[in-house]
Amino acid sequence: MSIKIEHVNYIYSPDNAFRKQALKDVSLEIKDGEFIGLIGHTGSGKSTLIQHLNGLVRATDGKIYYNGENIYQEGYSMTKLRSHVGLVFQYPEHQLFEMTVLKDVCFGPKNLGLDEAVCQERAKKALSIVGIKEKDYEKSPFELSGGQKRRVAIAGVLAMEPEVLILDEPTAGLDPKGRNDILDQIAKLHKEMGITVILVSHSMEDVAKYVDRIIAMNRGSVYMDGTPAEVFERYTELEKIGLAAPQVTYFMHGLQEYFPDISVKATTVEEAKKAICDYFREGADR
Amino acid sequence: MIRDITIGQYYPANSIIHRLDPRVKLMGTLVFIITVFMIQDMMEFILATAALGICIWLSKVPLRYMLKGLKVIFIILIFTVLLNILLTPGRELFHFYFIRVTWEGIVLAAKTTMRLIYLIVGSTIMTLTTTPNHLTDGLEKALSPLKKIHFPVHELSMTMSIALRFIPILLEETDKIMKAQQARCADFESGNLIRRVKSLIPVLVPLFISAIRRANDLAMAMEARCYHGGAGRTKMKPLIYERRDKAGYFIIFAYLALWIVLKFVL
Repeated sequence: MSIKIEHVNYIYSPDNAFRKQALKDVSLEIKDGEFIGLIGHTGSGKSTLIQHLNGLVRATDGKIYYNGENIYQEGYSMTKLRSHVGLVFQYPEHQLFEMTVLKDVCFGPKNLGLDEAVCQERAKKALSIVGIKEKDYEKSPFELSGGQKRRVAIAGVLAMEPEVLILDEPTAGLDPKGRNDILDQIAKLHKEMGITVILVSHSMEDVAKYVDRIIAMNRGSVYMDGTPAEVFERYTELEKIGLAAPQVTYFMHGLQEYFPDISVKATTVEEAKKAICDYFREGADR
Repeated sequence: MIRDITIGQYYPANSIIHRLDPRVKLMGTLVFIITVFMIQDMMEFILATAALGICIWLSKVPLRYMLKGLKVIFIILIFTVLLNILLTPGRELFHFYFIRVTWEGIVLAAKTTMRLIYLIVGSTIMTLTTTPNHLTDGLEKALSPLKKIHFPVHELSMTMSIALRFIPILLEETDKIMKAQQARCADFESGNLIRRVKSLIPVLVPLFISAIRRANDLAMAMEARCYHGGAGRTKMKPLIYERRDKAGYFIIFAYLALWIVLKFVL
């Protein structure tokens, strides 16, 4: 059970002046239950890559396997693929269209051909996961605040009960509280239901806090792939491709100038706290 | 599918046609269209074809890209051909039950098709080689004498340039919304006509909302920069004729003169 991408290339408008190679020989394996952070400069091919994973964009060449099955083979059901690989676009609230919140969330399950009662049940479950209260179910989605709209839109994808959830900058334009709420709920889903999550983000702090594996893209290719500690250790290389490490990484490296033995692997405030405490405790033992 | 629409799109390239003053291109297109509609015999046809061919070659826009715009009118073309062939009286070539095909019908069908294709290709050259802003600037300047009779030239051209500018934005937006709904397993391709029209609601509602939101934002941004219409407004890049533009006019008039000679003298 995994997503496997083999030598995928993608070229926009291959035969005229707008030609642009968005992906260059990308090969990746995404295992079940991983929490992946996808980072990269604007235009590095992140969005194009994730649209390949649920078949919205067809690779110019290369192969993609979902659970061992080639998604480009004849007769492969894209509807099925899309219900397993849920993709939440940037600013997903721009896709809301129904008269009520509940109906909008039902749109996905309904397209899967489920009957009304099951749709409603799934929609309610999804809405409660993202923290929308029952009194808002019958409201028009356009009456809600920005953060709430975003949650409803995310619920719209969750209601299809995907095995893989891909989110393209789910927190763009939200306030710090809204941001943390949404990310915490996604982390909870990952932990409790074992959903594979791919999070596209520009916030290195968020990525460091939540994910187990980071994939950094640059100019359409995979530039780095590893744990947050491994990737952020190479922060000078990240800076070269327009990215950065979390503030804490810089802080720890600064600290290292005064305490050369301290571990600089920390990528979150919690880890940094632990590293500093450990260092001084060991110092006391020494 | 959506990316196939080339009408009103600009194709970046560095050619003499791209650099020409938009007024010259407007004039050239107008002259070309008028002459195309008056074509009667072979010589005139060859002249128009040569002029069109040279312009396409000079513009450095791939021919295939230019012809893509014809896809949109393909059905109209089929209709005109059929109607012309079937309904024109004249010398009968053959008949099949009630269907009569005449020599005049075939000639007329060929002429009409050719005219429509030349009309589309001719005006596509202009839009492909001129940025929308440049085009409306040219139009504003060319129509400026009408200001004397209180015709709102500036407002008209501003409206037009905004409309043109929004075409690619809204196309992109449509693409995005369609993808977002497809990610929720929406199906736009199967089912009968009614189902297909219904399946567009999840695209059209967000699209209208986004268009209104964008219009609102744009109005705000224009007001924030003190836009108040055309009076007293100067241009950052005023249109000034250069030598190549004069040469352009000369060529257009030469073409027109040659055409008049062909048409009325010979």
